[in-house]
Amino acid sequence: MSTDALREPTSATAQDPLELRPPRSEWQMSYRRFWRHKAAVLGLSILIIISIGAIFADVIAIEPEETFYSFDELQTKKWLPPLTDGHLMGTDDIGRDVFSRVVRGSRVSLRVGFFAVGIASIAGTLFGLAAGYFGGWVDQVVSRAIDVMLAFPDLLLAIAILAALGPSLVNAMVALGLAGIPGYARVVRGATLAARELVYVHAARAVGMSDTRIMLRHILPNVLSPILIMMTLGLGGAILAASALGFLGLAADPPTPEWGSELNLSRAYLRTAWWVSTFNGAAIAVTVLSVNMVGDGLREALDPQASSWAR
Amino acid sequence: MGGYIVRRLLYTIPVVLGVLVTTFILLRLIPGDPVDLFYLGGQDPSGTVSFVVTPSQQSAYDALRREFNLDKHIVHQFFIYLWDFIRFDFGKSIRSQRPINEIIGDHWPATIQLTLAGMGLALFIGIGAGVISAIRHHTWVDYASQSFAVFGVSIPSFFLGVILVMIFSVGLGWLPAISNGHGKELILPGITLGTAASAILARLMRSSMLDVLSRDYIRTARAKGLRERAVIWLHALRNALIPVVTVAGLAFGGLLTGTVIIESVFTRQGLGLQLISAITQRDYPVVQGLVMLAALLYAGMNLVVDILYTYIDPRVRLVRASV
Repeated sequence: MSTDALREPTSATAQDPLELRPPRSEWQMSYRRFWRHKAAVLGLSILIIISIGAIFADVIAIEPEETFYSFDELQTKKWLPPLTDGHLMGTDDIGRDVFSRVVRGSRVSLRVGFFAVGIASIAGTLFGLAAGYFGGWVDQVVSRAIDVMLAFPDLLLAIAILAALGPSLVNAMVALGLAGIPGYARVVRGATLAARELVYVHAARAVGMSDTRIMLRHILPNVLSPILIMMTLGLGGAILAASALGFLGLAADPPTPEWGSELNLSRAYLRTAWWVSTFNGAAIAVTVLSVNMVGDGLREALDPQASSWAR
Repeated sequence: MGGYIVRRLLYTIPVVLGVLVTTFILLRLIPGDPVDLFYLGGQDPSGTVSFVVTPSQQSAYDALRREFNLDKHIVHQFFIYLWDFIRFDFGKSIRSQRPINEIIGDHWPATIQLTLAGMGLALFIGIGAGVISAIRHHTWVDYASQSFAVFGVSIPSFFLGVILVMIFSVGLGWLPAISNGHGKELILPGITLGTAASAILARLMRSSMLDVLSRDYIRTARAKGLRERAVIWLHALRNALIPVVTVAGLAFGGLLTGTVIIESVFTRQGLGLQLISAITQRDYPVVQGLVMLAALLYAGMNLVVDILYTYIDPRVRLVRASV
């Protein structure tokens, strides 16, 4: 890129080699910082592999989705240890290939994670923007609702919502999404309060721009980096929480290859076949770990002041 | 000082009231009411199914509705609920007819022991690892504890529990896989519960300690010839603990909810197991009572932390008093 710049017909200032490179934007600098973060790049690579696995699950899984064996077949098929008969991760109590089910499980977990984070971040951002920008009674209502929702510890709000909706995978997604709203709303509200007083926001208002336009065009870009950081770390949290709900038997029903519920069911024969529990559990841990590493990298890239002292 | 505590106490009232309204409304959003669902039994819970109360059941059905005040107006129901709550009466189970206070009385020790074990471990490991990490900044000890911190928040607690059971119960036979009491039976569940929180605290403690160690007053303490040990443990730690106290309060909520999962792993007869079975049996009064109890404990813990905070850090008192 610098050679191209050199070939360009020169103006007076372009003679100065220091002026050749255009100044980097905020986002470009963040981009460079992210790629320098080794753990984040590693996490991202693992995450891409897992996503490819989820997208092409039907090609990668060696076994068709619903495979059943007769009683006689089962005697030679069940509880095969890893690496026997082409079963990379062995087979479970009814002879199904664990690898195929773990790969299909990635589809379930990623879907739940993305939906939950999607609901939480979009709704939370809108509420936070409105509360921070308009202030007054809007802010009062939103802030008090945030206080109340945050008064429920951790996963409990999601569990309570799930109890009301009735346990199912879709409801778990919705419950985790709703329970995530106050976290985003609070952060966005705070960032909006600061952004509202920026000179160009005042200017935009002075020239008669509509409130919606100001919020989306001028304030949202300012609050985007904390949202992005929260979304990434929240994705790991949502996947973890969804698998916990699955483990508790509140999310997926048995034939669904959900990692948490698989782990729960396979605990019954832990002594005979440790691999079923282990691979399903490891799948959750690796996925969440890689998402969190990306999240950490993103935080350091987008918010270097806040994390510089964290070295 | 006193004024601040009073204001903080007053602030808790609307939050508790809000929690009360939320749990009340939440469990009335369900399709059908608790008694309908009770009659529905284990059938299709989608709520759209029509079910018929046979004439022989009708009088029992009506009696049950009356008993749980479901025949009254919803606002009336709320005030009954509120009045019961003020008298610490959480109602009774729709399945077993047992008072919820009795269920709580029977099962709270298992849950509180577990929570405290997890909290103790989290504080010990978290603060210890964080301080050592900060002192041995950029050495292998630091990297090891940093890796632990990232790993600890990523591994699902139930998976960790299963691994520990596999190693220490199934493999070595040292510790029980099923836990109900305290002492030896609390070791595996405590570790399982406390790991994530200790990872969070270790990370925070490290950055807080690094921040404090770069301050001028630490340089002064060193310059006047204090031994390094005194600098770290007397001067730096006290200041570095301040942000950790707040997060420890939040972590308490995480641990309290975490017991639901851990009790499931170790078949521990605590409130968490009761909550899960109440959800699967659609025993709404019990769900409502237990959720409410957890929220109250959490609010109480945060209140304690906030008040504690003003003693540890007098600046807070001054700043908040002036607002």
